[in-house]
Amino acid sequence: MNNYMIYLNSKRCIGCHGCEVHCKINKGLPVGPILCEIGHDPLKSVKGVPKTEFTFRSCFHCDDPFCVPICPTAAMIKRPDGIVYIDQERCIGCMACAGACPWSIPQINPDTNKAVKCDYCLDRVDRGKRPACVTKCTTHALKFVTIKEVGL
Amino acid sequence: MKKSVYSMCGMCTVRCPIRVEVENNKVVWIEGNQHLLGGALCAKGSAGVALVADNERPQQPLIREGGRGAGRWQKVSWHTAYDYITDKLKKIKKEHGPESVVLSSRGGPWQDMYKTFIHAFGSPNYTNHDNTCGRNTHHASLSLNGVGRTGFGYDIKNSKHLVLFGRNMFASLKIAENLQTMDMLDNGGRLTYVDVRQSMTGLKASRFFQVRPGTDYALALGMIHEIIKRGLYDEEFIDRYVSGFDELCYFVEQYTPQWAAKECGVKEKAILDFVDEVAEDMPQVIFHPGWNLSRYKDSFYASRALHILNVLMGNIETKGGLIIPKGPSDCGIKGIRNLDCPKPDIKRADGVGWKYKHFDKGPGLAHLFFDAMEKHDPYAVKAWIAMRHDPFTSMPDPQRQKRFFDNCDLLVSIDTHYSEFGWYSDVILPESTYLERDNPICLQKGPKPRLAVRRKALEPEFDTKAGWEIFKQLADRLDIGDYFPYKTIEELYEWQLEPTEFTIDDFEEKGFISLSDKPIMFDRQELAGQFNTPSGKIEIISKKLEDANLPSLLTYESPRKPPKGMFRLVYGRAAVHSHSHTINNPLLHELMPKNSLWINKKIAAKLGVEENDVVDVIAENGVTERVRARVTEFIHPEAVYTVHGFGRQIPLQTKAYHAGLSDQKLMVNKLDDWDRAGGAINLCETFVQVRLSPNNPKRSVEL
Ligand code: SF4
Ligand code: SF4
Ligand code: SF4
Repeated sequence: MNNYMIYLNSKRCIGCHGCEVHCKINKGLPVGPILCEIGHDPLKSVKGVPKTEFTFRSCFHCDDPFCVPICPTAAMIKRPDGIVYIDQERCIGCMACAGACPWSIPQINPDTNKAVKCDYCLDRVDRGKRPACVTKCTTHALKFVTIKEVGL
Repeated sequence: MKKSVYSMCGMCTVRCPIRVEVENNKVVWIEGNQHLLGGALCAKGSAGVALVADNERPQQPLIREGGRGAGRWQKVSWHTAYDYITDKLKKIKKEHGPESVVLSSRGGPWQDMYKTFIHAFGSPNYTNHDNTCGRNTHHASLSLNGVGRTGFGYDIKNSKHLVLFGRNMFASLKIAENLQTMDMLDNGGRLTYVDVRQSMTGLKASRFFQVRPGTDYALALGMIHEIIKRGLYDEEFIDRYVSGFDELCYFVEQYTPQWAAKECGVKEKAILDFVDEVAEDMPQVIFHPGWNLSRYKDSFYASRALHILNVLMGNIETKGGLIIPKGPSDCGIKGIRNLDCPKPDIKRADGVGWKYKHFDKGPGLAHLFFDAMEKHDPYAVKAWIAMRHDPFTSMPDPQRQKRFFDNCDLLVSIDTHYSEFGWYSDVILPESTYLERDNPICLQKGPKPRLAVRRKALEPEFDTKAGWEIFKQLADRLDIGDYFPYKTIEELYEWQLEPTEFTIDDFEEKGFISLSDKPIMFDRQELAGQFNTPSGKIEIISKKLEDANLPSLLTYESPRKPPKGMFRLVYGRAAVHSHSHTINNPLLHELMPKNSLWINKKIAAKLGVEENDVVDVIAENGVTERVRARVTEFIHPEAVYTVHGFGRQIPLQTKAYHAGLSDQKLMVNKLDDWDRAGGAINLCETFVQVRLSPNNPKRSVEL
């Protein structure tokens, strides 16, 4: 059972891709891996105004993740609070996880040759802070939701 | 040891307040100031960290070897570079007089320092980049309201309706303003957006007018007509503070919504519906008078019309309207000191103040120095110091500019990166990036004025220096060091704060000093004295303009249609770049490595151009730029659009080098196409030809 999720209020999102860079800077990532992605559909006219919806995708932190059992070194871990993260010490960069993940979420970090993926900024969350992308979203369109809050 | 530093972003000229956490001289966290922005920052703001690490920027002073632009540089010490510059300046001063030296900057809150330097040297010729940005808007406001562009702040958060003519605020970000606008929309407010294409801002609009390029003024006139016809104006405000209203009524009689709709290519009913909304929402309706409105031949008058619409709304000094910014004296306290040296009593070489009396003498107009360079009229201009200003990227036709600048004996660029001008200049003085330098304290006026300061978060990565240090050291060598009464930044801060009750430590709590707890609002009955026009009224008929033989209300003239097979070249911005100076940033380049050319779907089909095809974009004289096409139905068929700042030609910037198209290189012979009333260059008056490039390989010789 996942305790957390990231919710994007598409009405406030301006597709500025700030979140993607906020994430990279927080993790010190070089050019290459991008752990969250903003997407949108082609524009369609609604009452005379061309509109679209924005989507935010990072990692689904699946209830039953494919990436965890396939990892040969048990570096991919699902925490009791639902966060799926990579123990960088153990990761050998074989990228079996990326192959197992239906959305190829884990990516290679060319600086370390190890896998990297969205971990809900668990170091921040554990310190009572919100993830980097949420904290710094240009328009406060992203929300970090603890499931209890929404009463699920 | 970890430290936390409040500072100011420097990735664009908005200068959002930030907080940076640093460990072992590395940034471990950077965010928007929680007290002002709730942490929000944009992509560029975060990518500032990559700017510091980027080694494709000048790392020590450089003196040119070989021809201008050849790109052969001698790495020198600061000492050598200073001596080189000051020896040349002294020689030029002796031979041609001090006034033959021009100093240009990008603009911003630290212009006092640059002005002091050039004035103390003996030249009146200070200028900035505003001739390609906000000058029309500024002069429009001056002619009407007697105060410049920054004479009003916009209380968007409390407004009910924001009207934006091409002010693409969700791509040309200003985070505090963006947050206000989002909050206003969340509260049920309306956003009307006018542009030749759909943009990020238009996506959020409740009403969108896609107009024919160059017809903004017509739409504004149609709005004024209908608003006056229905009596939707603040009569009391107009009686009290405005002159020329009757002339306005008479003037706009001809400009009916029906006429405007036809001229702009929009529906008449949409204009009428819009005015219905205005009736519901006024006076909390803000007509943004434009930011970068150096576009069409009548942009000055379009901006003036937008300012007039605000006056009709009577929204000045009203919650949810235009608020007069307050300063220390309005809070009953003393303000900071700024560097200062009176302007020498010599005619400006650009003619501003004597030949062109209706323009603001402060920064003059950068494009009007070329005559002086070429014809020595009114006198020779022999040196140009560009402080974070890139004439070759901001102004049209860099090829032609080079011929003018070749008349100069000294070209200096002070910048954090290689600008196109820097690459052509004689000396490059590398400024430290904004994360590696302090800047003087500045006043930020507003309903709640505050003092702000940029503090150094990191020790410089390379042999670079801060501006305050560079100008001090140049000044000392030119015997004008007394105008810079400090040795260290701490001494400068102390000197600046001396008249106030504050110390530099007072910035530590929040990163700024609030001069007032509550917003200060003037009594709307007592606004006399706020409008600094010759008559003291808001002058719809401007004495200054009429004295200069310019109409206050310009009879509308339809914009030229592009000749067959040609398009009007329109430029703009994307949220991940600040014009040219971020293109080589590794993390921003990763998001947007190149620009594209937006072209209307139906037109593209006629040209046989499909999405992502390479097209040739050809200027009048055959200059050709090559770029990929972005085919969309959401752009007017007369226009093609691109993001400005790309197509750079500095080989040392390996990522930006020749990536994408450079719009200003296509603006051939457009240096002379400038607005006689507003002063700015008309940057959207260029027509280009577009064709499918022969460079679209359909064949492969490999297996
Ligand atoms: S930073 Fe916020 S507004 Fe910008 S793209 Fe990401 S979610 Fe959207
Ligand atoms: S939660 Fe953290 S790791 Fe995941 S996308 Fe956001 S910033 Fe990146
Ligand atoms: S808008 Fe972005 S780049 Fe500009 S000052 Fe603000 S954070 Fe920095």
